[in-house]
Amino acid sequence: MMRQLDSKIPEGPLAEKWSSYKTGLRLVSPANKKKIDIIVVGTGLAGSAAASALGELGYNVKVFCFQDSPRRAHSVAAQGGINAAKNYRNDNDSVYRLFHDMMKGGDYRARESNVYRAAEVSNDVIDHFTALGVPFARDYGGCLDTRSFGGVQVSRTFYARGQTGQQCLLGTYSSLSRQVAKGTVTLHPRRDMLDVVIVEGKARGIIARNLLTGELERHSAHAVVLATGGYGTVYYLSTLGLGSNASAAWSAYRKGALFANPSFIQIHPTSIPVLNDYQCKLTLMSESLRNDGRVWVPKEKGDKRHPAGIPEEDRDYYLERRYPAFGNLVPRDVASRAAKERCDAGYGVGDTGLSVYLDFKDAIEKQGEKSIRDKYGNLFEMYEKITGINPYKQPMRIYPAGHYTMGGLWVDYNLMTTIPGLYAIGESNFSDHGANRLGASSLMQCCGDGYFILPNTISDYLADDIRTGKIPTDSAPFEEAEHGAAEKIGQIMAVGGKETASSFHKRLGKIMWDHCGMRRDAGGLKEGIELLNRLEEEFWKNICVPGTAGELNQELEKALKVADFFEVGRLMCEDALQREESCGAHFREEHQTETGEAKRNDASFAYVGAWEYTGRDKKPRMHKEPLTFDYVEVKERSYK
Amino acid sequence: MNFTLKIWRQKNATSKGSFKTYSLDDVSPEMSFLEMLDYLNKMLIEQGEEPVVFEHDCREGICGSCGLYINGRPHGPMRNTTTCELHMRAFNDGGTIVIEPWRAKAFPVIKDLVVDRSSLERIMQAGGFISVNTGSAPESNSNPVGKPVSDKAFDAASCIGCGACVAACINSSAMLFAAAKIAQYALIPQGKTESKERVDQMVKQMDAEGFGFCSNTYGCEFDCPKGISIDFIALMNREFFSSKVCKQRHT
Repeated sequence: MMRQLDSKIPEGPLAEKWSSYKTGLRLVSPANKKKIDIIVVGTGLAGSAAASALGELGYNVKVFCFQDSPRRAHSVAAQGGINAAKNYRNDNDSVYRLFHDMMKGGDYRARESNVYRAAEVSNDVIDHFTALGVPFARDYGGCLDTRSFGGVQVSRTFYARGQTGQQCLLGTYSSLSRQVAKGTVTLHPRRDMLDVVIVEGKARGIIARNLLTGELERHSAHAVVLATGGYGTVYYLSTLGLGSNASAAWSAYRKGALFANPSFIQIHPTSIPVLNDYQCKLTLMSESLRNDGRVWVPKEKGDKRHPAGIPEEDRDYYLERRYPAFGNLVPRDVASRAAKERCDAGYGVGDTGLSVYLDFKDAIEKQGEKSIRDKYGNLFEMYEKITGINPYKQPMRIYPAGHYTMGGLWVDYNLMTTIPGLYAIGESNFSDHGANRLGASSLMQCCGDGYFILPNTISDYLADDIRTGKIPTDSAPFEEAEHGAAEKIGQIMAVGGKETASSFHKRLGKIMWDHCGMRRDAGGLKEGIELLNRLEEEFWKNICVPGTAGELNQELEKALKVADFFEVGRLMCEDALQREESCGAHFREEHQTETGEAKRNDASFAYVGAWEYTGRDKKPRMHKEPLTFDYVEVKERSYK
Repeated sequence: MNFTLKIWRQKNATSKGSFKTYSLDDVSPEMSFLEMLDYLNKMLIEQGEEPVVFEHDCREGICGSCGLYINGRPHGPMRNTTTCELHMRAFNDGGTIVIEPWRAKAFPVIKDLVVDRSSLERIMQAGGFISVNTGSAPESNSNPVGKPVSDKAFDAASCIGCGACVAACINSSAMLFAAAKIAQYALIPQGKTESKERVDQMVKQMDAEGFGFCSNTYGCEFDCPKGISIDFIALMNREFFSSKVCKQRHT
């Protein structure tokens, strides 16, 4: 039966929704806050921002991360920047314009109210970071500098060289460290969350595995906040950190939280291509490079000449050819598909034929090498370190890579999942980016969620818990959850097979990349599900985990994550199958225009597909949250 | 390429470790150093042996997780390069590579090449922040910061907290780590207010954790994967001494 999803979007005009809704939310008094425990899982921008803001308010916060330090969460690797509607450039930017660009960038598959709110709090995020000492780029007068990013017409992206994510994360980490010192936040590093515990219908705790001792721990709280990031490592090769995984969010899904739009996953067009068979990571080259670099492949199939030896007339600048208005600056999804199209047609370069050139020759001739070095020096160095090739002398080779998941746990306007008391923030929820994320808006959303939105909405829920008292951990639900986690670990350890978790992960990633990657079709998706089923069967017969479960065991950690990815992959395929349209990053071969562009179907698919777990080996059930567009005009995205 | 690897193996914090020698063939020069270790581990697992445990995550030189002492140098032979960014083309075919964990009293070994760096965490908690609550920040541009100062603060802020400076130092000093944070905040107006208190607390914690003192060998700067300058230690010392002087005058 289709469930009625209550997104709790407040009434009233778009620009007033958040402020008027906030005033109506219940509060918890300072004396009562001390009696309330909150668990935050994940210490990226969203998690550490939320934990520190909640700690400042006086709640007892317990923070979990799998790394040895909160500062290492993968938000640290974001390069480009963070958007805000400050209008410092006097270029007529506004909250509405930022909202509008995000809606358009997301190809009209996001919820208007949430997107507007994300844009609304963006300015507060920048002010807070500045006060925290985050060294954003400044101009000579000492004011903050901005740049244009992601193909929008205003300069609203604040940045810190090519390390915006690192500098912002160190900002949230510093505010978190301050709360740890004050005793409002307790840190639990080197823990993997294995399950969420539901007591009488409410999220009341988690089961975590201590990665050093292997011990399973029970932690209770009045509310649980997941800030566990995306699931892009489903492709094995991606721009994510190797430890990034879906397991925490997935345990919530298995316990009844709906999972929305799982097939919406952004493939970033400019990553360094695969160079060897043992590669397990793709390094991103910031999108900003496309401001000056020109993308091309040879006009002749299989032209193996050195790029410098290929004259202008033999080069195909295919983005400029296909999209004369935007050229090399077309959005990420369009650029990625165009690269794949050229490579699939046999025009790709490099040994594997799976890359295209990003050439700075013209920019260097025009602006001089120094100017290019000032803008992109650290990226050029990074490229040379990895490939051994000097991009000042020879074009870079790039290829698309799995990057960011717009899909995630379904949340209402309060950022609460369908399980009462279980919240999802940052990349782990689905709410703000529709079918394709606009550049530099992920940092903005994570920090907005963590610092300014969740701390307000969560108090309304916790107001009912001021008399609850400590949640005991010896109840049956904790017992069962711990038992379930121990059983799963036991099953994996008992297989005693021959193939490593990484090897399975690599094979799984290839299935997903080939069948549910940049271009999808019904036949391929069905075949993908079939292949995943078979590989999963093989996994449970042949996985090899040496050592024991009672110690630091990285192979066990990996195997647990891979075991969940089979289900993630299948759900992605199911979701991609039901969405008989092309929108944003989701491209169905069956639904394209005559010129090969994405063809959206607003009449039938302007909804969020939220999936419900119905049991192991059972088909999940989809519920629809219809999307309405009252403040933007829904248009076809054209970059011609 | 073929290599002989001498790797530190240690079962846990309490057991005694030792070097174990492995020979590894068919290594591609395109492999990163950690991919080479992945390759070794795959072979070890398939032979029924326990893989070598090492820390890593982003594999693009920014998270600070990885850190191996390679042929007598933190993060290996290339300057301004983390272990994960290092590629096998930097080594001579047929050579021997010695791989150890960070060695410092304040970084006890957990297993094989993994050490406990929570001492750095506690230094940060002692004062590595600006005390501003969410919601109380003034408008960003109400407090301009000159570009040269801001750029210098940025140079300090680029520390990734890997601990290479400690491993490089003959005294196992964490002064470059602490100085980078202290300098970042001491340079900008937002951080000046509590600058004296900060340097006092962070230095105190550094001592309590068992890190040594600086004797100006420049080893930390040389081996810092982010090229952080030892000048920041001078800046920290100045802050530290002036905090003492100010305090005396105050009392």
